[in-house]
Amino acid sequence: MSNPTTEEKRAIFLAKAQEGIVKYGFIAVTIGLFGWFALTEETFRQPSTLFSMLKFTSVVAIVGLGVTFTMVVGGLDLSVGSIAGLGVTVSAMMMVIYNLTGIFSGVMVLVAGAVVGALNAVLIVWMKIPDLLATLGMMFIVMGLKLLPVEGQSVSSKMILRDGSVAPGKFTDGFLQIDRLKVWEIPLPVIIWLILTVLAWYLLTRTKYGRIMYAVGANPEAAKLSGIKIEWYRASAYVISGLFAATGGMILSSRIGQGDISAGNSLLLDAVAVALVGTSVLGAGKPNAWGTALGALLIGIVITGLTIKGFPYYAQDISKGIVLLLALVFSFTLSRKKARFVAAT
Amino acid sequence: MILEPTERLKVQGSVEMNKITMAFGANLVLRGVDLTVKGGEVTALLGANGAGKSTLIKVLSGLYPGHGGQIIIDGKQVQLETPSDAKKLGIQTVHQRIGEGVVPGLSVAENLLFEKIAKNTLGRVGSIRQIMPKALEVADSLKLGWSEKFLRKDVYELGIADQQMLILARALVEIPKLLILDEPTSALSAAEVDNLMNVIRSMRDDGVGILYVSHRLGEIDTIADKLVVLRDGAIRGEQRKPFEWNTALGQMLGEDALQDIQGNVETRGDKFILEINDLSLFQRSSPFSLSIRKGEVTGVIGLLGSGKTEIAESIFGAAKKRSGHMTFEGKAFRPRHPRDAIRMGVFMIPEDRANSSMFPNWSIAKTASLPFLGQLSKGPNVGVVAEKRRASEIIRELQIVAEGADQEVDSLSGGNQQKVVVGRWLKGKPKLLILDEPFRGVDIGARRTISLQARELSKSGAGVLVLTSEVDELLEIADRVIVLVDGEPRLDKYLSETSREEIVHEMSEVI
Repeated sequence: MSNPTTEEKRAIFLAKAQEGIVKYGFIAVTIGLFGWFALTEETFRQPSTLFSMLKFTSVVAIVGLGVTFTMVVGGLDLSVGSIAGLGVTVSAMMMVIYNLTGIFSGVMVLVAGAVVGALNAVLIVWMKIPDLLATLGMMFIVMGLKLLPVEGQSVSSKMILRDGSVAPGKFTDGFLQIDRLKVWEIPLPVIIWLILTVLAWYLLTRTKYGRIMYAVGANPEAAKLSGIKIEWYRASAYVISGLFAATGGMILSSRIGQGDISAGNSLLLDAVAVALVGTSVLGAGKPNAWGTALGALLIGIVITGLTIKGFPYYAQDISKGIVLLLALVFSFTLSRKKARFVAAT
Repeated sequence: MILEPTERLKVQGSVEMNKITMAFGANLVLRGVDLTVKGGEVTALLGANGAGKSTLIKVLSGLYPGHGGQIIIDGKQVQLETPSDAKKLGIQTVHQRIGEGVVPGLSVAENLLFEKIAKNTLGRVGSIRQIMPKALEVADSLKLGWSEKFLRKDVYELGIADQQMLILARALVEIPKLLILDEPTSALSAAEVDNLMNVIRSMRDDGVGILYVSHRLGEIDTIADKLVVLRDGAIRGEQRKPFEWNTALGQMLGEDALQDIQGNVETRGDKFILEINDLSLFQRSSPFSLSIRKGEVTGVIGLLGSGKTEIAESIFGAAKKRSGHMTFEGKAFRPRHPRDAIRMGVFMIPEDRANSSMFPNWSIAKTASLPFLGQLSKGPNVGVVAEKRRASEIIRELQIVAEGADQEVDSLSGGNQQKVVVGRWLKGKPKLLILDEPFRGVDIGARRTISLQARELSKSGAGVLVLTSEVDELLEIADRVIVLVDGEPRLDKYLSETSREEIVHEMSEVI
């Protein structure tokens, strides 16, 4: 402390360095890993690999985007995985068993997602059950309920129905195109992901609606005293979450091409993880749309890279955990802003 | 009256601060503070918000080990690396935030002896019965008058005043060398303040050095032996009793701020803006009617729990429906949500700033625009340009010390935070503005600005309702005075028709 000016300079430098790490650290890690995989693995840098990586990431990313909305209002939605699974079953049932059109089936999937989201909203907002507990309960109900009409079986074309007849319908070509169509080499799911991210970003950052959503999450009491009917905004987040999860389920259904009963079950943890990882992107310290997209991308890069490098499948979970914890270090340990999300639960 | 310590001091000593500096990044908050607190003396620290008081206290509590300069206790230089270092050396701090000092879920006795229990100095503690004798002994030695029943209560059940006393008592379980009290009376009623003053006096007579930080000049005048003024991170003045208040205020605010502190000219309104009929605030209180006029500031004064906040919340639609009905500008007024009140031009500034008006990490611009997003732009998008312009106007009109509209409200001093909160509603052109304890944790400069703005607003024809528990604040801002006791108005007079004595007398007619 003999020379306060150098001491001061040092302190300022350290503070700035820390701020820089918090802000750009995450993006640097993403680019660094991408570069490393691209340089060391021939297969990794082929466009077809990259596009398939993006395509495979898109479902988690879209479901995670829905979770982001619930995190913005200070909650969390644990039922998203089962809603996506519900989407798979509903679409398969509509097309295979009832022989309905692809478009109608798609709409019904979205309706189902919105209905479950609305039920979550009623439980959480009006019946005042804590979000984690309400959506946990809903997760189990939906997971079981979706098996009820199909009697616990996967739905596939030409399956034998209960009365002994053969299922009349099949996944329509149009519906299967959701996952298969490419526009200038870019798979349609990736385009949907991009559009939904832009939409969510716009809603959350540019509109009054988004501003109020963040206010409700940051301090519900102060939001109410500012004249905001917080109940409706919180409710809307769960409906949006349901819609996004159902969209993810639709893409998943189109990809599998049958009503796989276990589809979507693993999505929950991944979707919550990418939304959490997203809070640390650019030092935001709060849930945000581009953060979630980048979080999903990083996890996609890591998993694809490790798979190409020949790591065993369980390395995926380990790496997801490391990515998540790394992101949380950026938000909680290094950031001077108080990170704010699910911390209250 | 000040009691001079007559007997020989039991503890002697001093805590000396030598050229204390503290910087946050490039921001130098303490610029070399020299201050000595002697044992057996109450040293009052006076300073506007942002002067560096809190930082100095935190340095002394061991929260900022990176500070510059030396701390010398009884002639020996010490290093305060952690809060427990400070405690070991006999420096006890009672911080302003009450919630940080008590552990809800535990009994009063357990809270009182918390440190001893945690350090295992009481042996194995299995039940509250085992610690009760010790707790009673501590409570008695501090003359708190706490019964065994009280000591068994869960801290949850305590009022804010009792919690404040509990925190203080906790700091006194081991007789400290230096006791730092940061705004200890902000939640206390007059009788409780007296009680606290007695505890402080007896500590002082035991030879404890006391550093007393407060905005309340009356208290400092009563209790302090020495007065030290801090401004911009340095000591600007030091005096011993009797204090020259004009000099001290000049040193605290800078000379020019003093010019404004003059009496107000009473104005009287004529037309009613809000009529409240048969409102009953509590189940036990009887219904009353009250009308508020345009063009004058109506001040309601009452102690904690007298029903001030309940009146404000009823008018603003923020509380459950109470009995009674209201008319606003001649029409029936039934707000069921703050939104209904805001649409009519009835705004409320709540008493608890941090929990009711602020959003963590939000900028001034965003905080200020939230209730008025609809007016700031057409269509679904936030009008960012209009929002920033509005915030800049608020900053200018209320003389807020800030880098700009994008600065986070959390990073401002308490007084400037309050100016943002007041400014955001003023800018919305209120027809009736309710200010609930608008001067809590606000320095004298900011308080003056806010009260001038409120008086200005009422002169322009709006109704202004101020709720406070401080007579000084009431006299500074109000034209008409209403004393509220147990949910019922007692006195209702214009300021020129009443006196400080009458107001205080009515307030204290509780029992």
